[in-house]
Amino acid sequence: MGSYIPTTDREREEMLASIGVSSIDDLFSQIPEEVKIHGGCGLPAGRSEMEVRTLLETLAGKNKVYPSVFRGAGAYRHYIPEIVRSVVSKEEFVTAYTPYQAEISQGVLQSIFEYQTMICRLTGMDASNASLYDGASAAAEGVAMCRDRKRTQVLVSGAAHPDTIRTIQTYCFGNGMECVVVPVKDGETDLEFVRAHAGGSTACLYLQHPNFYGILEDAQALGDAVHQAGGKFLMGVNPISLGILKTPAEYGADIAVGEGQPLGMPLSFGGPYLGFMACVSSLTRKLPGRIVGETVDNRGQRGYVLTLQAREQHIRREKASSNVCSNQALCAMTAAVYLAAMGPDGLRQAALQCASKASYLQKGLAEAGFPLVYAKPFFHEFVTRTPVPALEVEAFLGREGILSGYPLGEREMLWCCTEANTKEEMDRLLQLVKGGVQR
Amino acid sequence: MKLIFERGQEGRRLDLLPPCDVPEVALEEKDRRQKPLDLPQVTESELSRHYTQLMQHTFGVNDGFYPLGSCTMKYNPKINEYAASLPGFAQVHPLQPRETVEGCLEVLALAEKYLCAVTGMDRMTFQPAAGAHGEFTGLLLIKQYHTLRGDEKRNEILVPDSAHGTNPASAAMAGFQVVNIPSSPDGCVDLEALRQAVGDDTAGLMLTNPNTVGLFDKNILEITRIVHQAGGLNYYDGANLNAVVGIVRPGDMGFDVVHLNLHKTFSTPHGGGGPGSGPVGCKDFLAPYLPGPVVDPETLDLVQPAHSIGKVRSFYGNFLVVVKALAYLLTLGEEGIPQVARYAVLHANYMKSRLEDLYPMPYPDRCMHEFVMSLEKLKKETGVSALDVAKGLLDNGIHPPTMYFPLIVHEALMVEPTETECKEVMDQAIEVFRRLHQLAYDDPQALHSAPAATPVGRLDEVQAARKPVLQYGG
Repeated sequence: MGSYIPTTDREREEMLASIGVSSIDDLFSQIPEEVKIHGGCGLPAGRSEMEVRTLLETLAGKNKVYPSVFRGAGAYRHYIPEIVRSVVSKEEFVTAYTPYQAEISQGVLQSIFEYQTMICRLTGMDASNASLYDGASAAAEGVAMCRDRKRTQVLVSGAAHPDTIRTIQTYCFGNGMECVVVPVKDGETDLEFVRAHAGGSTACLYLQHPNFYGILEDAQALGDAVHQAGGKFLMGVNPISLGILKTPAEYGADIAVGEGQPLGMPLSFGGPYLGFMACVSSLTRKLPGRIVGETVDNRGQRGYVLTLQAREQHIRREKASSNVCSNQALCAMTAAVYLAAMGPDGLRQAALQCASKASYLQKGLAEAGFPLVYAKPFFHEFVTRTPVPALEVEAFLGREGILSGYPLGEREMLWCCTEANTKEEMDRLLQLVKGGVQR
Repeated sequence: MKLIFERGQEGRRLDLLPPCDVPEVALEEKDRRQKPLDLPQVTESELSRHYTQLMQHTFGVNDGFYPLGSCTMKYNPKINEYAASLPGFAQVHPLQPRETVEGCLEVLALAEKYLCAVTGMDRMTFQPAAGAHGEFTGLLLIKQYHTLRGDEKRNEILVPDSAHGTNPASAAMAGFQVVNIPSSPDGCVDLEALRQAVGDDTAGLMLTNPNTVGLFDKNILEITRIVHQAGGLNYYDGANLNAVVGIVRPGDMGFDVVHLNLHKTFSTPHGGGGPGSGPVGCKDFLAPYLPGPVVDPETLDLVQPAHSIGKVRSFYGNFLVVVKALAYLLTLGEEGIPQVARYAVLHANYMKSRLEDLYPMPYPDRCMHEFVMSLEKLKKETGVSALDVAKGLLDNGIHPPTMYFPLIVHEALMVEPTETECKEVMDQAIEVFRRLHQLAYDDPQALHSAPAATPVGRLDEVQAARKPVLQYGG
């Protein structure tokens, strides 16, 4: 076993002598004997590095890594440029704490400032924070930002990711906001419902665009509806889609949030991912979490610091805008390196290929007996019926090394394509299902 | 240093994607992005060098001593990173069929089993992504418990005045009123004040033990009993668990729910601010309220707890961080875990013993894994503040301790050496601390203007906040 403790027996004795006690046990005399652990806590014996490696490789080996992935539903397999891995595995970045000491943390601080800039440019918004935990919690934090004394109700699109809806509901259980889920009508958020229910107590509408079913929502009309009632418009967006799709700012959103995982983060069984958040300038001082700002040092040089800290928990305690302390800084850096590597043309290409390949696969699937459920414009996900139970499709393709779409209902499947899917693998998938789904 | 936006030229790019091999679709005008996307246009070599420069202006645990109190900046073992990078973990979709993710589910089940063994809890969720997120989650369990019992007037959370700022902030997010409990002169919970504060509106108490002044509250059983007798629950903030891991369990001290910081006690790196992981453990009676899904320890199925509070984020949390913590737990095991606490406490007391003649310790008792110095006297006599000394440390290649915390100590510096630092590193830091103390008397101006050897000097935080510039060209 290892414990990464460097102190030798001799050094231990020297330290004990300096302290003036005879054993380490004496240092724990404040702890009442009756609560101490006697006879161990029941962990297995420690292991050598070689044993640990083998054990974890064995566990990893029990999972299936699909060569071909057509599943999204909130987690997307995109091509990750090699430079991304190279940058974010640098030990200085990996092993630093939150940049409290600005003079020796300019690297991290500048990287966050660059990230904030890229998020603003991507979304069109005025100010970004330094990151949040993931897309779902970012949406929930965004909802809380919109609350004021009179406005305590949130309308949440029922076509948002189910985990996001659940997360918003959970945060509302905490802060006492009323959470109304807007019904889904033919794959889209019910505009008439929003018009009828947005009123003087409405803090905001949360809309995911493209929505969970991949569909492009009528974001303009939905945003107008909540604005007319005096509420805020909070949009959850897919960052890759913004390479070609209208930005939240262009739809008139007050706050944009989203799941940043597509920006260079592997699937990782669900995390670490990245919550991004940006807002119009009038809401900047309500943003949760860390924010980096530019300033000058006492030598007149440009530099960066954590700023607007009067919002934060370590200053304001129970009056803080949020409790966020640790965020996902290294994931934010991942996103920034990804966006810089892709560049404006690369991101546009990635987005266009996502949409084009999804369209290609959808047409092929329709011919193979998997008709589209909602005849609406979509980005890179779409829902089809399945000629046999969806779970049978999943099992059949799984045996061929293909992770199928995500089974939504008994005979419905949510498919996803990204730029990482080739025509060749799509043709193979289509050929397989055309031959009939075998049990 | 140039920003990435100040590098490159229009037309420069990396060649990453092949041309589109299917017919391109055209978007309707109304759906199309209007404003052109303005991102850097650089080559791979420019990008690579840019981040190498940023790296050179970053200080991690790998760069030197990092005794940042309450943050447990211990060494981050490499085998943990290797484990998390395995494709069998990193390339797995969170919504794959159950039978294709057995290994992931086993990781979660094993980590839960071991962390429950260490904390004395019965069940655990890994959904919370950070300590504060765990606090929020744990408080919602408490809220759900009282709510489902129909005991809805319990709307107060008691928080000691020495607590981390996240405690009251989390309580407020969970919809509770925060009641501050003063500390007694010895830095521990004032029992009389606690007895006065509890009542039939008490939902619970949040406590770190050892507390933020580095002392183990010897009245802990009495404290948790007072809260229980009033009908409240006890929440353990695991930020300081490194001091007692393997020595005493929160569950045996009377706590009902606990969060851990895997990025502190369990050696996962902090990434310049995250990702961390803040799993929440609880006793059996709170398990039905955990965020779902949780992994059934017998069948490894993902199951929804009966009266779940819902979800606090998507999927199952920062899974790869859990992999790293599991690698650490497997490495240390039954013998190794208590050694962590023993040596963390030894090292802190050693540093304290070598500094207490110069730096007044407001709590002179033996400390646990960290200790708090007050520089109030130094400031009065020389004008040199805790901030000045911290900046002086930067010039000596040492990351400063936590400054101005806890709030109940003036001019505080909070030092946490951790168990993984060797004696010569601590000895060198002790010498630096002593030298800076002398310098404060000899040449206070040198410390007021420190640091001098860093890429930038002291930054104007007032200007940053008054006229916020939060993006390039913005």
